[in-house]
Amino acid sequence: MPPIVSINRVSKRYASGHQALTDVSLDIAEGEILALLGPNGAGKTTLISTICGIVTASSGTVTVAGYDNVSDYRKTRELIGLVPQELTLGAFDTVWNSVSFSRGLFGKRPHPALLEELLKELSLWEKRDSMLMTLSGGMKRRVLIAKALSHEPRILFLDEPTAGVDVELRKDMWRLVERLRQSGVTIILTTHYIEEAEEIADRVGVIDGGRLLLVDDKNRLMHEMGRKQLEIELKQPLAALPAGLDRWDLSLAGDGSRLIYTYDTQARSTGITALLQAIHDAGLSLKDLKSKQSSLEEIFVDLVNMKP
Amino acid sequence: MNWHAVRVIYKFEMLRAWHTLLQTILSPVISTSLYFVVFGAAIGSRIEQVEGVSYGAFIVPGLIMLSLLTQSISNASFGIYFPRFTGTIYEVLSAPISFYEILLGYVGAAASKSLIIGTIILVTAGFFVELRIAHPLWMLAFLILTCVSFSLLGFIIGIWADSFEKLQLIPLLVITPLVFLGGSFYSVEMLPPAWQTVTLFNPVLYLISGFRWSFFEVADVSVGLSLFMILLFLAICSAIVWWMFKSGYRLKQ
Repeated sequence: MPPIVSINRVSKRYASGHQALTDVSLDIAEGEILALLGPNGAGKTTLISTICGIVTASSGTVTVAGYDNVSDYRKTRELIGLVPQELTLGAFDTVWNSVSFSRGLFGKRPHPALLEELLKELSLWEKRDSMLMTLSGGMKRRVLIAKALSHEPRILFLDEPTAGVDVELRKDMWRLVERLRQSGVTIILTTHYIEEAEEIADRVGVIDGGRLLLVDDKNRLMHEMGRKQLEIELKQPLAALPAGLDRWDLSLAGDGSRLIYTYDTQARSTGITALLQAIHDAGLSLKDLKSKQSSLEEIFVDLVNMKP
Repeated sequence: MNWHAVRVIYKFEMLRAWHTLLQTILSPVISTSLYFVVFGAAIGSRIEQVEGVSYGAFIVPGLIMLSLLTQSISNASFGIYFPRFTGTIYEVLSAPISFYEILLGYVGAAASKSLIIGTIILVTAGFFVELRIAHPLWMLAFLILTCVSFSLLGFIIGIWADSFEKLQLIPLLVITPLVFLGGSFYSVEMLPPAWQTVTLFNPVLYLISGFRWSFFEVADVSVGLSLFMILLFLAICSAIVWWMFKSGYRLKQ
């Protein structure tokens, strides 16, 4: 199946001289959830804005459903819904009018029943006649989501959707994302909350300094990049590592009562059996054993630190 | 053509006027009435007739133009500047809509509002003075052309401005003086000869003159020249808008 979004060697240099994107290529499959991870200023928003047509790429091309997003912008844009990062909403408009406005703007005829359903799903129905400026921050974000979904997009961009959002909205939002995924909508979200990506994404892209450092299946990424740590709790604390144990990558923690062994799950031999034998030979007795998989966050920090 | 988008932008802009209905309708009515009290009754009683037209009636086309110009500019400039200021413009820029459809929505609404205000002033004026309109079609043509041209100018200002101060700058420092010095309240012939020549460089003079001709068949400059000047102005504004859209000036990075 051809990708629904195909980004081909896109670079963006702003008039200010800031190089926001450098040679980014990325294919996004229809129906997947892709999380773009990266620190602030990494280029995530610029990348999204370029696909949506708000920012013009300095070089490279973007196609959406096979159409070029510059020459065939009508065809590409009507497929896309965008929830921006900032709470950018008018002030003197009602929720209902604002959402209806969005639908019309994207070239769709009025469909009150659909909008009613959408507002109800986002717990906005009671607020439909409220002025936008009277809404709380959380409510405003719900309105932005409703606006983005008002024209039934096939691709949804969520730019930092949970920044400063309460637990309830976060739950509602993930429920909505799940429903959209079921109906085949492709979702691209940017975040710097790694747990979020870990929880819902199919694939993860890491972007930093305007470069896409890698894109991979989330599970494979965690598997491949993951290191495991074995925590060995001892009955008697140690002052220093016994001589027989120095050939392992070990460190002492917790006043010498714990040994931390870091190993690579991909290595042919993890060395655990030999280590435990050596510990036994050194005459140490064990109290407990614990192993821990590194999280996406740790992988991410490693990646960002690794770059030249 | 994305007519749905043009419709919602137009409706949104018209609705904005509806929310401030009192201000939209009442303010031109009040200011027109005040002008009539001051110029028509107080001063007009001493001037009586200008070129065979009673002074009260003579100033009506100028008064309408004064409101039309300022309203067109302020409506259109605010309409596009405000979404840029709040950031909501992202939605319009990411929508499947061409710049010309955006223009049609915003400028169409601003011009419509000015046209409505112009009509209200005309009706209000009818309560104070006896009006006759010699060439109603020409009057309508001048009215519409002026509304559209100056709404375009307002749109340009709204895109150019990057602060509320700049938004007010041109209407305040350029347009208002030009309107007052463009023969709104007097005939150019009433000025000393040197100032008559200076006034000919004021583009607003041609608008007011042509518009006044459509009422009373008296004009400071020929009607053809008036029409030419307003079409020229329309062409210049259109060219600037075309360039702004082509370059993405202040809209797209």
